[in-house]
Parts: sequence; C-alpha cells; structure tokens
Amino acid sequence: MTEEIKHSNWKLRKGQIIAAKQMTATEKWFDIKLEDGRLDHEPGQFVQVELYGIGEAPISICSSPTKRGSFELTVRAAGRLTKAMHALDKGDWVGIRGPFGKPFPVKVMTGNDLLFVAGGLGIAPLRSLINYVIDNRREFGKVDILLGCKSPSDMLFGDEVAAWQKRLDVEFACTVDRKDPDWKGNVGLITSLLPGVTITPEKTFAVVVGPPIMYKFVIAELLKKNLPERQIILSLERHMKCGMGKCGHCQIDHPKNYYCCKDGPTFTYEEVKAAKKL
Amino acid sequence: MNYHILAKTELDGFIKKLSKKMKVCAPVKKGHDNFAFEEVASAGEIALNYIPTILPPKKYFMPPREKLLDFDLSGEKPKDAANLDAEKLAIFGVHTCDLAGIQCLNMVFSEKPRDYNYIMRKENILIIGLECNAYCDGHASCALVGNHYPNGGYDLFFTDLGDRFIIHVNTQAGEELVEGMGLAKAGSADMAALDFVREGKRSAFQNEIGVDPKSLPAIFEKAGESKVWAELGSRCVSCGNCTNVCPTCYCFDMADTINLDMKTGFRTRTWDSCQFETFAEVAGGENFRKERGARQRHRFFRKFKYPLEKFYRSFCTGCGRCTRTCMAKINLKDTLKALAAEAK
Repeated sequence: MTEEIKHSNWKLRKGQIIAAKQMTATEKWFDIKLEDGRLDHEPGQFVQVELYGIGEAPISICSSPTKRGSFELTVRAAGRLTKAMHALDKGDWVGIRGPFGKPFPVKVMTGNDLLFVAGGLGIAPLRSLINYVIDNRREFGKVDILLGCKSPSDMLFGDEVAAWQKRLDVEFACTVDRKDPDWKGNVGLITSLLPGVTITPEKTFAVVVGPPIMYKFVIAELLKKNLPERQIILSLERHMKCGMGKCGHCQIDHPKNYYCCKDGPTFTYEEVKAAKKL
Repeated sequence: MNYHILAKTELDGFIKKLSKKMKVCAPVKKGHDNFAFEEVASAGEIALNYIPTILPPKKYFMPPREKLLDFDLSGEKPKDAANLDAEKLAIFGVHTCDLAGIQCLNMVFSEKPRDYNYIMRKENILIIGLECNAYCDGHASCALVGNHYPNGGYDLFFTDLGDRFIIHVNTQAGEELVEGMGLAKAGSADMAALDFVREGKRSAFQNEIGVDPKSLPAIFEKAGESKVWAELGSRCVSCGNCTNVCPTCYCFDMADTINLDMKTGFRTRTWDSCQFETFAEVAGGENFRKERGARQRHRFFRKFKYPLEKFYRSFCTGCGRCTRTCMAKINLKDTLKALAAEAK
C-alpha cells in the first residue's frame, strides 16, 4: 500500500542556476533562483543542495537577504558532492532544502560596533552578514572587516572586497599567509591584524568565521582586548546531513547537546566554549 | 483498568485471527540463544521465552534502509515525490525494554521538524507487549533504568500467568481487537495472580550495577575526561554493532541511487553509526571525533547524559544488546560501574 507523504520534510524545492563563475582553482560561485518563490533566509543560515543521483551537502548561503529574487552559494570542491557541483553551470537545476540553522543575532548586534574576522572560506557565510550590514549601514556603529587567506590567488569575492576597501564607512584590512610577486599588502596570519584594531569592548560584537585552528588564536586575542565572551559570535563547521536535528552527524561534543544544524551553526563563544573542539 | 484473559491454548487462535487482519510479527528462534522479530502465522512459530532479539523492533519503525524520495530526471527540470509503503502491522511479544525504546524513538521523530516517514509507519503499527517474569540473562540492566515493569507504549500487554495470559488493554485499538476476539474479562483471581507475579519481580529484579540511578547524571557530569573512555577505545574495533542493535540509536546517513535507465532514481536513508571513523568528519578533512575512545564516550553520553535534558529520560532501555553483541567484550554494566567508581 503506497501512500503519498504530503508533508514530507524530505521534499526538495527546485532551484535553477542563473549564473555561475569559477572564483579560484577550488571555489565556484552560483546564483540560484527557486521556482516556487524566495528562499527567505537570514544571514548565517545554510541550505542542503541536492544533486539528483549524487547526493546532498550542506552549503552556507553567501548572499544577504537584502538581495532578493535569488541566493548565492560559494562551493569549495572538497568532497564528492561539491566536486560534482563544480561541473554545473547556468541553466542547470538542483534540489534545495532549507534554509536551516540559527542565523547571526542581527537584532542583538544592532546599534553596536562590529568586527568581522574571516579566514579562508569563512568569508562565504560571513559575506551574507557583511552585505546585510552594509545594506543597513546606518543601523550599526563602527564596522571593521579583517580578511585572511592562504595566498592572493585564493582571495574570494575580489571585486567586492576591493569595493569594501574603498568605502568610507567600513574599515578594511587583509592579509595572506604566502604572498606572490604582485602582492603589496600584509603577509602573516589573521591574528597579526588584530592588534591594529581598536575596539570598545562594551559595545562591540566580533563575528569570527574560519577553520577550527583560527578560532583558538583569534578568540584568545579578542579576550585579551576584554571583549565579553557573549559578544564573540562564531559559525561552526560540522557535516549537517539532515538539517533537522536528527541524523546525529553534526552534534557537537558539548554538555548542552548542541546540534550544529538546529542550535547553530552560529553560536556565541560563551555558549560553546565548553565544547571539546570548536 | 481493563484486563482480559486468554488461555494459552487459545493463543494460536488469537495469532491466526490477528494475521487475517494484518501482518503479524513476533520473536522467532534463530539458532542457539538468538531470536529475531519475523512474520508469523501461528503461535507455534513464536518463541515466548526469548532473550532480546538480535535487532530491536525499531527495524519496523525505521527500517535499516528506507526510501525517502523518488525522482525523475527525464524532463527539463527534476521531479520528485515522497511515497511510503507502510502496511498495517502488529508486533506481538515486545518486552518492556523495547517498548521503552519505541517510546524514545517516537519522541525523537515527533520533534519538529517532524519525520513523517517514521510517524506514518508508527500509525500503522499495533503493539502487543509481553512481560518478562524473570531476567532474560545477566547482560540486562532494565531494573537500573526502571524498564522491568511496563510503562505504557503498547496497545495490549500480555503477562504470563501459567496456563493463561492476562491482557492489559491500553488503547481503543487494543479494545477493539479483544472485543472482536470475544476474550473474557479478567476476574479477581486473575488480578491477584498478576499482583503475585509483579510482587515476585520486585525481589527478582534488582538494580544491576549497585549504583543509585539518581546518581548517574552527576557521574556523567564528571565523565567527560574519564580514563574509562581511552580504555574502551583501546578495545573497540569501531564495527558499529552496538549502535545497530540499540533500540534507541537512530543516527542515519542518506544516499542517492540512479536506476539503470539513467533517468529515474531514489534517495534512501540507512542506519549509520557514531562509532564509524568518518561519522563526524567534514569535507575539508577535519574529524571532530577521531579517537575511538571519544566515539565510545559519545555513545554513552547519548544514552545517559544528553537525552536526560532533552527528553527527560535515559535512552538506555537496559536491554543489554550492546554488551551481548560486542566483539571486544565492551560491557555496559562494567562501564557504568567503572565510571561510578571513578566519580567517588
């Protein structure tokens, strides 16, 4: 006896790629339009992307909700699905579930100074918030953006980064681990940029997104600047397979039983400092 | 309270009548000391005196491999549909530990966002429990977690009174079934016999680890850095047997399959195990639970720590399956005792 599951949360929305661009050797950017309307996400959320016949993977939404009509993903060819996704182009269809996850706490941050710290691909989820803040710039105090990547050729969103650099209402600095002959900017780890930033601890929120190793050192620097733990916001990486707090893959080793897909991926440092690994 | 009586000689008629209405599954003997829930058509096939089956009845609620979506790629854009094949089913002879396990899974999958594959299967299943009048074997720890007595979770519940079963009717569906079979109401002598069985269990079933269950939360509060985990990790072979046979383990993975026509396919979910090395690995290569000891700790925390706050109960039902199946002889009772000794 076959019955239709009318309300199945496994059903996929259909998204068509309306633009795609290879950004670096390993990262490709996609602009996706849903056939049934808006994604209606908030900064910091993610979607499950289904390539029919290949599988599904969680991908951070890298565009701001202030950009209406379509949403953007930046995908590193790191696993089986993401490698296959790099073969897709304009006109191709994907399945989408979501948006999932707890967004960055935009309401709490409103009226405060913001310090964004992005390492590597961390710029992808953080860009959804940075562009949201820039589009609502007068709601916030001072805005600093610190960006770090392995080498100048790994830099993502180059044109946009150049535009941030020129803006008068945003302070911007970036650094690379390894320079190339044309690079005239900073060389060194992202922590080397932090001493140059002046913050008012009682009214600053730092939003830090990058690989686990970066969290350790950046958080230590921020705490040295007397920034309260609850004003340090992170976005953690786990393999969220279902997005609904059930499959178990993204659970964080933390006394509070956090699932990265439902309770995160964004957390304050105060919330997750008891985790075995960030 | 609504109790009925079924003479043991009438059990075969009961099963046969039931199997005319729906598929009936019950514990069946599978070689020495092994049992499995399988379809039956008569009472003779059923092992009434069985130790916990190899797999718990969760396999009917959340099959080891289950289709979530069918898809069709032949058109300009993909199409998909979520369909469920769930036949009406009665599970006969479910022990109290497994009833508790089903209750745990019911809570997990009913939590929003709901899993309708599970919920619709559950709605098609009639559950008939069977009391353990004595221990199955030395691996059970049902008294520790309070599952040696029934705590709901069934439509009908059978207790062996020697020559007859006394049946507790817990739901309307159960009521309709016993009414349809014309079973007699239990009398005061039957009720006294049931009380006698339950009273006898009070002394026969004793806390199996000699540690007050109320102290378990405090023991697990301190267990994060315990040396016990490294010791378990040194023996564990990461086979995942413990989680497969656990009545409350529900972690899963999903995969797509393309049919040979290269145009249609389907998406399935399969049981997964937190004991596998890649379970908490991400595409970039980071593995958040690389050590076997960390994975064993995770398994125990998911039974004795995390669910207490979320679901107000232990997710260990005391069935003893993980200990029985472990190739490395990792023993749940011994592990709890070691943690308790360390916490002192």
